[in-house]
Amino acid sequence: MIDILNALALFSNFVVVPALAYGSQLALGALGITLVFGILRFANFAHGDLMAFGTMVVILVTWLFQSWGIGIAPLPTALLALPFGILGAIMIALVADRAVFRFYRKQKSKPIIFVIASVGVMFMLNGIVRFIIGPDDQAFADGARFLITFREFKELTGLGEGIAVRQTQALTVVVAILVVSALFWFLQRTRTGKSMRAYSDNEDLALLSGIDPDRVVLVTWIIAASLAAIAGTLYGLDKSFKPFTYFQLLLPMFAAAIVGGIGQPLGAIVGGFVIAFSEVTITYAYKKFLRYLLPDDMAPDTLVQLLSTDYKFAVSFIILVVVLLVRPTGIFRGKVI
Amino acid sequence: MSFLIGEAMTGGYGGADILRGCTIEVDKGEIAVIVGPNGAGKSTAMKAVFGMLNLREGQVRLGDRDITGLSPQDRVKQGMAFVPQTSNVFAGMSVQENLEMGAFLRRDDISVTMEQVFDLFPILAEKRAQAAGELSGGQRQQVAVGRALMTQPSVLMLDEPTAGVSPIVMDELFDRILEIRNTGIAILMVEQNARQALNIADRGFVLVTGENRFTDTGEALLANPEVRRSFLGG
Repeated sequence: MIDILNALALFSNFVVVPALAYGSQLALGALGITLVFGILRFANFAHGDLMAFGTMVVILVTWLFQSWGIGIAPLPTALLALPFGILGAIMIALVADRAVFRFYRKQKSKPIIFVIASVGVMFMLNGIVRFIIGPDDQAFADGARFLITFREFKELTGLGEGIAVRQTQALTVVVAILVVSALFWFLQRTRTGKSMRAYSDNEDLALLSGIDPDRVVLVTWIIAASLAAIAGTLYGLDKSFKPFTYFQLLLPMFAAAIVGGIGQPLGAIVGGFVIAFSEVTITYAYKKFLRYLLPDDMAPDTLVQLLSTDYKFAVSFIILVVVLLVRPTGIFRGKVI
Repeated sequence: MSFLIGEAMTGGYGGADILRGCTIEVDKGEIAVIVGPNGAGKSTAMKAVFGMLNLREGQVRLGDRDITGLSPQDRVKQGMAFVPQTSNVFAGMSVQENLEMGAFLRRDDISVTMEQVFDLFPILAEKRAQAAGELSGGQRQQVAVGRALMTQPSVLMLDEPTAGVSPIVMDELFDRILEIRNTGIAILMVEQNARQALNIADRGFVLVTGENRFTDTGEALLANPEVRRSFLGG
């Protein structure tokens, strides 16, 4: 019995808790992608670097606050700097829309042209971020490290294994829940939110109903950029900030959006957790876990790891391909790409 | 002079002219129906009146105002409502949300208008929380008309409202359209089911190759042997 509890604790510590945090981050990122796809009707490849840009602003402001001695310990200072990061991301997104996307909207260009243009914006943002903050890892998390440490948990329960919950992990989940609830309330209940759904549902009819397309586009960018800055900051706090990692996040985020059904906000959230849990469970080494559950003579000698963590992106890629082949509309019947 | 008139309209989608000097008009409290063979430019004439294509010649007037240069969106603000033939509802949104979106331009209390729509189409009140995309063809058509009525328009334009619905549903829809007319709204519609549509029409326009061939009251057109022979199948 105690072995089973130990196995569960071990599994929670290395799989459930990290995957919940990672899944929340992916969900927030995928929500931005899915909103832009549903309303502006193109796959925005610049979303990962938009996240990086917002996070960069957060880091710079965090350093400034730290040098001034301003903080909200035990919470990380980055939380105080987050509004500035959101504003920065909104501004750069609106500049990109003004300078690039609006032109193609007026031309009524095909979606693929928007996608290519977004790749251009991605490289621009990529360069800007590297110019300002450099390509290296930046640590900016401060405040209390753990909500509950490995040892505290062991002493509390008397088990051989512990569950450590880092403060940033708990923070990620809490912030994600708050942001997602606010977004759904906005989309379901407010006039502007409903007009965005109407525009996404049937653009021509939305125009016939007098919905102002420029306003819908503006609000969409504001929301997508805010989500990007929040997701990026939470990811950076939980792991670390490196511009290239944010670019790499594009794949799991797109996979999440497509698995859930692109254009469907609820799908983005479910997709985020599907991808996160698949990635973490498949790259986790089950050796110790099985030792607890199996009789001694059957205990494995190898790591029992299905895939090395170096290949974690292969997981989202495979899921993406399978979904596109088997059910291209995704779980919640989104649009077909 | 009629309330809404598209006079001597000539134009097309860029290539050859589809409309060649045709005139369509309708007054408040009237139903005007555009009929004619396939490719006669019925829907095009309707779209021209609503500003969805550029006219080379001719003009469109609403009341005393020349609206030839206005975009469709601006014509909505002037009190014109248009129900397209296909994808005319927000399929993923509830019936009630569809109606709310129809009234998007209005800042006043819309609940009275919504009650009027529900009185007109009681089935919609029953299904107000259901997604419009899950309704039957006839009910969907009711949502589409209801959405258009939410702006409290003075002109309601319907592009083949009975396309793809059963004869029973069609009769019911025509009854509702008569009721809408009786509230004093001008109704202009294009119909494939010419005989039934002319039956309820105060005015009928028979178009052939973008020109007015016959223009008369619905009753007179139905009685006209030439119209019967050529366009109503005997």
